[in-house]
Amino acid sequence: MSTDHNFQPKMIGIICNWCCYGGADLCGVSRFQYPPHIKLIRVMCSARVDLLHILRAFTNGIDGIFLGGCHLCDCHYVTGGNFNAYSMVQVCRKIMEFIGIYPERLRLEWVSAGEGIRFANFMNEYSSEVTKLGPLGKAEGMDEKVLAIKLESVTRLIPYIKLVLTRKLLVPERTEEAYHRFFNSEEFDRLFEELIADKLAISLITSLLREKSLSSGAIAGSLGMSPSEVARHMNGSAKQGLVRYDVNSKCYALA
Amino acid sequence: MEHLAETFGIELDLHGFCKTDPATPIRTTRPGIFISGAFAGPVDIPESVVAASGTSALTGELLRTRRGKLSKARVYPAERDVSQDPVRVGVFACHCGANIGRIVDIPSLVDYARTLEGVVHAEEGLFICSTDAAGKISNTIKEKGLNRVVVAACTPRTHEPLFRDTLREGGINQYLFDMANIREHCSWVHSKQKEEASKKAKDIVRMSVARTINLESLQEFNLPVNKTALVVGGGLAGMTSALNIASQGFEVHLLEKNADLGGMALRIPTTLEGMDVPEHLRDLIRQVYQHPLIYVSHDAVIKDVSGYVGNFLTTVKTEGRIKKIKHGAAILATGADEYIPTEYLYGENDKVITSVELGEEIVRGEKRLSEAENLVMIQCVGCRQEDRNYCSRVCCSHSVKNALKLKKINPKLDIYILFRDMRTYGFSEDYYRKASDNDVKFIRYEPEDKPRVVALTDGGKEILRVSVPDPVLGKRLVIDADLVALAAAVIPSAGTREVARLFKVAMSQDGFFQEAHVKLRPVDFAAEGVFLCGTAHYPKHISETIIQAYGAAGRAVTLLSRDTVTASGSVCEVKENECISCGACISVCTYGAIAFHDTPAGIKADVNSVLCKGDGLCNAVCPTSAISLKHYTDEELFCQIDAAL
Repeated sequence: MSTDHNFQPKMIGIICNWCCYGGADLCGVSRFQYPPHIKLIRVMCSARVDLLHILRAFTNGIDGIFLGGCHLCDCHYVTGGNFNAYSMVQVCRKIMEFIGIYPERLRLEWVSAGEGIRFANFMNEYSSEVTKLGPLGKAEGMDEKVLAIKLESVTRLIPYIKLVLTRKLLVPERTEEAYHRFFNSEEFDRLFEELIADKLAISLITSLLREKSLSSGAIAGSLGMSPSEVARHMNGSAKQGLVRYDVNSKCYALA
Repeated sequence: MEHLAETFGIELDLHGFCKTDPATPIRTTRPGIFISGAFAGPVDIPESVVAASGTSALTGELLRTRRGKLSKARVYPAERDVSQDPVRVGVFACHCGANIGRIVDIPSLVDYARTLEGVVHAEEGLFICSTDAAGKISNTIKEKGLNRVVVAACTPRTHEPLFRDTLREGGINQYLFDMANIREHCSWVHSKQKEEASKKAKDIVRMSVARTINLESLQEFNLPVNKTALVVGGGLAGMTSALNIASQGFEVHLLEKNADLGGMALRIPTTLEGMDVPEHLRDLIRQVYQHPLIYVSHDAVIKDVSGYVGNFLTTVKTEGRIKKIKHGAAILATGADEYIPTEYLYGENDKVITSVELGEEIVRGEKRLSEAENLVMIQCVGCRQEDRNYCSRVCCSHSVKNALKLKKINPKLDIYILFRDMRTYGFSEDYYRKASDNDVKFIRYEPEDKPRVVALTDGGKEILRVSVPDPVLGKRLVIDADLVALAAAVIPSAGTREVARLFKVAMSQDGFFQEAHVKLRPVDFAAEGVFLCGTAHYPKHISETIIQAYGAAGRAVTLLSRDTVTASGSVCEVKENECISCGACISVCTYGAIAFHDTPAGIKADVNSVLCKGDGLCNAVCPTSAISLKHYTDEELFCQIDAAL
């Protein structure tokens, strides 16, 4: 956590036109105050927000992002797209945790067009939360370069993650309760491990190896994994012909 | 109020509100003068908006021969093709009187804007939404050859349409525009931090300019409107809507699932206010059958609905044959049913009946009613509980109505109404008081300790022993009743779900139809061209149903009276060579706007722009970003994100 009291986070909110943007407008009309360092971007539906946008923002060094949508079951569209936004954010936060970024840097908030005060309260509360977290990467004790590699690895995997989201992480019932239950279940943890975590680890390692050949110990050190985990991923990747092991230097390199 | 009433020559009621026709409570006592809103009594926003649409329908009947006589078509200059030109952005910053200018340093914002890439012109104005100022912007667009415009002012939610129009007047595509909201999202929320607010305003304008540079000209398209309406449901709501639309000069197809028109209202003899419902229905049915523009289909089952606003095609099976109906608008008025109770011995003992059955027995003059000594009514049967957690709204008034009638037939009858909360809202409170004055006894019960009904024989007489804890007395009361009437819940009619599926409209959690917006669009569905009315929406009184039926008719005619509808240019498109045919977009688009089609390179997703509503969910789930939402493309959003720093 940051101890720098002068730290002012860079933050953006991507908000839906129908509810959250309306709430932000009402907040203005009501003259409720919030800190000026959060900038807002309008989309028609929170479901339009893409993992690509979030990763782009973090890559740019944004310290906190939030998505603002209509309350669940109140989506302006019959698609109920805010449920999709919900799933996407849950997976993204899990990924952030996996790569060692505070998941609190990504938030999802439901604000109706009538909730100006809720919007103001949220902006104040989230702003102070991100301020307390500190600057992205630095606060996590992560080297700038490692952060960049990690974000790039995730970005590269986005097409696959999107497929997992629409194919494997489906919640049968469109209720807040069911979604909350699913994304807090062991089932979700298991699916994440099976479907995303491994792929992500390999993506991270290959990104690292793109720079230079490394020993499993060095890889483990850079990425905060255990050497045995690295070895497991490397064995699998070597079998698939993605990497090769150089016996002399005892280092892995891209095949 | 009095002055208004006198001026218009209309009467007021006992409470000092406007006196209205009980059957159509938006008609005043003077023909041709209609009202909406709280002038008729205490109402909330949704009812006011519904009534306003209803008055438009009634006015439309009177003025139908003069429709469109006063309207003038706008003529815009020809649109300049700017696709090959270098970007030339104009930034117009508004003081909004003192609303923005008092906090944000506008002159310095304008200076800053001039330094941004692509900006060739920047200026400030005191109120740039004024007609004069907007006219000047149009001229500046022409004079300076601008091909992108940023207005730094208030919220696009209210002012975007106005400035888009300004661009059209300036001869460029209306989508080459963006609003930088430096009022609601800046000066008003950082009013104590002038310096920071001025800095943020620059950030907001920078983000907006970055977005604008990437914007593309988009074409809205006009679709012809088929000037026929389809009304689903031949009950009170559906018939009222159908008759009004036909009276305004449009053809109507009315579908009824049963062999006869009338619906649930056939079982309601009178309203609390004393309106003769069967008489009203007979008259309505006669008018519907006699109207040359209304075509009724009985025993109708909808098989399929395709198309979109202005151009629907509905396939109906009716009396053994298949009918294909082309229509431009649809009104869904599929009504509601009475819940069949499983509680309180209903169905086991014929002395236990529902409120509606009691009403029917009263009309038939059943002997057992005039001979009965004690009658118990139990409210909230089957609703306001976990599985059906809503209030059925009409049952409190319904029970009071039955009680008052019974007291007339049999003044010696003791009537007990066991209730959780009496909700005889609005002016119905008068009848509640009247019932109290007539010695109808109201006893409150708690949902945790509901009344108990046991059938037994006492002194050779078969009775129902009702016991209920009275929280006021703190004792369990025992009433030996000759009859028990249950205020059974109002539930969505059996076909509601199927109709919702066919028309792709939303349903509430309780299985009723869900309007587009509770307050602002209470008779519209989010799906364009489809409207709703009556108890399929939620439980309603007859007068409320009639108003909403006129409301839906008014909304439908607003659509049908146009020759074309305009569809937004911000829709999705597919880059076929990037589509991997995974079908993710198709599976999430519940509008059914995306389908596979054959191409030389195999099947690829294809968007029907008319069905696409521009939410962009498909864009976010597409693994290869092959499908993209125009006007909110990744490129446009990336530029905004990048410029936020």
